[in-house]
Amino acid sequence: MKKIIIFVLVMVLTTVLVTACAQEDKVVLNVYNWGDYIDEDIFEMFEEETGIKINYETYATNEEMYTKIKKGGTKYDLAIPSEYMIEKMIREEMLEKIDLSKIPNYINIDEDFKNLSFDPDNAYSVPYFWGTVGIIYNTELIDEPIQSWDVLWDDKYAGQFTMMDSQRDSIMVALKKLGYSMNTKNLDELEEAKQLLIEQKPMVLAYVGDNVKDMLISGEAAMAVVWSGEASAVIQEYDEFEYVLPVEGSNKWFDNIVIPKGAKNIDAAHQFIDFLCRSDIGFLNADYVGYSTVNSETLKLIDPDLMGTTYAYPLDEWIENYEIFNDPGDFILEYDRIWTEVKAN
Amino acid sequence: MLKRIASGPYLVWIVLFILIPILMIGFFSLVRTDAETGEYYLTAINFARVFEPVYIAVWTRSIKIALEATAICLLIGYPMAMILAKMNSRYRTIAVMLFVVPMWMNFLLRTYAWMTILGKNGILNKILMFFGLPQMTFLYSEGAVLLGMVYNFLPFMVLPIYTVLSRMDQSLIEAAEDLGGNKYNVFRKVVFPLSLPGVVSGTSMVFMPAVSTFVISNLLYGGQYMLIGNLIEQQFLVVNDWFFGSAISIILMFLILATMAVMNHLSGNNPEEGGVNLW
Repeated sequence: MKKIIIFVLVMVLTTVLVTACAQEDKVVLNVYNWGDYIDEDIFEMFEEETGIKINYETYATNEEMYTKIKKGGTKYDLAIPSEYMIEKMIREEMLEKIDLSKIPNYINIDEDFKNLSFDPDNAYSVPYFWGTVGIIYNTELIDEPIQSWDVLWDDKYAGQFTMMDSQRDSIMVALKKLGYSMNTKNLDELEEAKQLLIEQKPMVLAYVGDNVKDMLISGEAAMAVVWSGEASAVIQEYDEFEYVLPVEGSNKWFDNIVIPKGAKNIDAAHQFIDFLCRSDIGFLNADYVGYSTVNSETLKLIDPDLMGTTYAYPLDEWIENYEIFNDPGDFILEYDRIWTEVKAN
Repeated sequence: MLKRIASGPYLVWIVLFILIPILMIGFFSLVRTDAETGEYYLTAINFARVFEPVYIAVWTRSIKIALEATAICLLIGYPMAMILAKMNSRYRTIAVMLFVVPMWMNFLLRTYAWMTILGKNGILNKILMFFGLPQMTFLYSEGAVLLGMVYNFLPFMVLPIYTVLSRMDQSLIEAAEDLGGNKYNVFRKVVFPLSLPGVVSGTSMVFMPAVSTFVISNLLYGGQYMLIGNLIEQQFLVVNDWFFGSAISIILMFLILATMAVMNHLSGNNPEEGGVNLW
């Protein structure tokens, strides 16, 4: 008798669980984004305006996002990868075309960010933010002004700085220090970069992701390689920090909104993209995340003091020699191998 | 008949969530895809790569630190279990509870807590500074990882040993004493051998998560320190090489199975008789 009861209970539970998972009554938009990369208050605004609910998930690197969309079972309706990843995803036919006629606010996007090499016809992506990679440091802990990547190999600062736990960005730092292109397909140059990173490893305090801001603010780290928006968020709160655009050159990047193949709510996704392109929403986001807007209407709302700062809206001549990542195709396997070996060493 | 039907859901569960994933890992570890056609082909290259010097170093590092963590857990855990077993039953329940309660909290949170304790401006350094001592680096070191492992896995060592000790037939100990054994000999010849099943299951329950962890090393050594778990995580999440990742996982599984076999052999006990052996 007892066994029958248990059996029935198990069956009932299983059925309930399965059906509960399968149920869907309202349009739910699955958004996959970088951590800390949107003002989450706008989800409610969007739901009020359109009745579409946002289900929000985050990732820490482009590679993590790519793997989950490529191999994982979850169907995302929206994601915000960087340029080289978009190029790769277009090449692998992982993206839906975007119908710009459904995005009237697209006119707000500055022409500078359209027709870029990774998506020449703007067919697959809509610009979201842009920025650079540089060094943020605490002027109370570090006396000399910093200009170059060299400080990250200086014994003086051993154990005081963090690198990014992101393979292309960290390899980029070494390649730039050596004076090579960060898109190199030359194996010797990559090997040199690997040696440099291995040599640097004992001096690195930690390889970090989203927690870098906390480490800087708490004084755990005096210096860090960061994306400009992270620097922006820290500097606007704490005066003692400064952000440097290294003279050897660095990465200028673009993050664009895309719709992955397999998305179930393509119309709702277009609606949300249009919502994100609105100047007021763009402002809320720019204000929250600290990165540089691509929206020319939003730009008019931004605090003029931020113009001409290294971290928010740098002058063109400061970043003339800055490079944009491209997709190295199958050569990425070499980057993967180099990074694995650096981390394993 | 009913027994068979009742086991149905569990069978489905095992096949779906244990058997199929293991078969998939086994399959992935033996193939790669052709760059041109995208078709699978059979190859041993994934396994060959596992034995490259860079990765051998990762293996030795992982096994070494896992062994250290296990040894420390045993050294701290065994006396602790003895104290617990000898306690007055009124306090004993509370004491055991105290061991279990922290485990109700999320493992990640507990490890994050250590970051604030060990940090450069953390609690520990604040105390050192209060006494006028120089600041020290605790976080982002091998010691921090070891501490994280011992802290997180200690209950897994204490509880099985405690269970064996508290259920031990007291008359055997009394007999040994009657026959003139001193305390040391009673422990060495009677108590310890009888508690071996607990030691074995505690040791494997600490060694297994310690050798495969990636969270503890990630948080407490800031991604600097690559253990096998980190290497596997990286292959799956960052570099998207599921084939190499699967090969490492298979070897790790064999390593764990081998350790368990050795441990079981050492205890000289049939797991069924031990009663507390969890495996």
